[in-house]
Amino acid sequence: MLECIGLECVRGDRTLFSDLSFSVKEGELLHLKGANGSGKTSLLRMLTGLMSAAEGEIQWNGENIRKLREEYQKEMLYIGHLPGIKGDLTALENLRVNNALNGTEISEEEAWDALGEIGLKGREDLPARALSQGQGRRVALAKMLVSKAKIWILDEPFVALDVKAVAMLQKVLDNHLQQNGMIVLTTHQEFTVSHANVHMLDLGQGVA
Amino acid sequence: MIEVLRWVIWRDMTLALRRKSEVLTAVLFFVIVVSLFPLGVGPEKNTLATIAPGVLWVAALLASMLSLNRLFADDYNDGTLEQLIISSQPLAMIVFGKIMSHWFLTGLPLVLISPLLGYQLGLDPDSIIILMLTLLIGTPVLSLIGAVGAGLTLGVRGGGVLLSLLILPLYIPVLIFGSGAVEAARTGLGVEAHFSLLGAFLVGAMILAPIGAAAALRISLD
Repeated sequence: MLECIGLECVRGDRTLFSDLSFSVKEGELLHLKGANGSGKTSLLRMLTGLMSAAEGEIQWNGENIRKLREEYQKEMLYIGHLPGIKGDLTALENLRVNNALNGTEISEEEAWDALGEIGLKGREDLPARALSQGQGRRVALAKMLVSKAKIWILDEPFVALDVKAVAMLQKVLDNHLQQNGMIVLTTHQEFTVSHANVHMLDLGQGVA
Repeated sequence: MIEVLRWVIWRDMTLALRRKSEVLTAVLFFVIVVSLFPLGVGPEKNTLATIAPGVLWVAALLASMLSLNRLFADDYNDGTLEQLIISSQPLAMIVFGKIMSHWFLTGLPLVLISPLLGYQLGLDPDSIIILMLTLLIGTPVLSLIGAVGAGLTLGVRGGGVLLSLLILPLYIPVLIFGSGAVEAARTGLGVEAHFSLLGAFLVGAMILAPIGAAAALRISLD
């Protein structure tokens, strides 16, 4: 279980949010909402441990994620708004090396399967910079198919995807929730996940 | 953990080799700078041999600094760096792998080409061997120390200048003992003391620099 207690985010001299408390339990999806600049990405980065909160703490199964660090990071998958793929590597190499560097090595077959499933059949061997933006996003999202992480933290996962890919992504999210996974995501798009316990958290209008 | 090291090195080497021009930059710079000295100072053999240790070492130092600010910048820009930081593997190990790749691509070529340039400046064969050995021990130290600076100045505007200001003072001991060893060999003095110190720098930097650079990256991305 992920629990946040009294989080405060300060960027520059502005306080984006303060005294924010919530929790995400197994099989739950938390949908973060809010205007541009309301601190959604900052909150997600805090949940990954990339950014430190000005106040408050984030606990994973009752322990501070700053203390757990690598132990928590093993259980977490983060896909940010930067795709995190290398233009000079092929889609296949990107997927394999990203997983290996995360300490979850996958075989070449697994990588082929995942890329095929996410709709990149026939493009596995192209350098990622030859792919379109949406296809590049798919390479990043293919990580979810091979991931064994419990909690997924997704920053605008639906961006640049076509209708088919959106439908597939919803199915992937659904599957993860059914297996008692947790998801925290931000999106401005409407989406439906059938089995889930969906909660909303609105960060409001931001600070003018 | 060793697996991760292997993957990082594979990744960085593959990326570099797919953009060959960038690999050659450091070596070309080194060759050009050293080759300009005989033209500027004049072809007098004794003068050249006297300044050779200093010239070669200063050029090597600047050459290895040239590509430092790109050590983490590419990964930072495409978001792979944040993925590395939240990896379940120790960040210091990953950083160590990146530093090793950096050295393979910029330091090692300098070592390999240095005999030719030493010969060009009129160094005798014994001094040339010492030159190669000092560069072999010294250039990894430069990459290691440089990585800490590169981590700290990541994403800072005008980071290149700041980076030089930050790490040059730390390079100076390596420069002094590196070129000092060659100079000592040239004039027939012992070189053991120089090598002991360079070796100590290398061991110290290998242990401390990856940890320092990892911490610097965490701060830079906060």
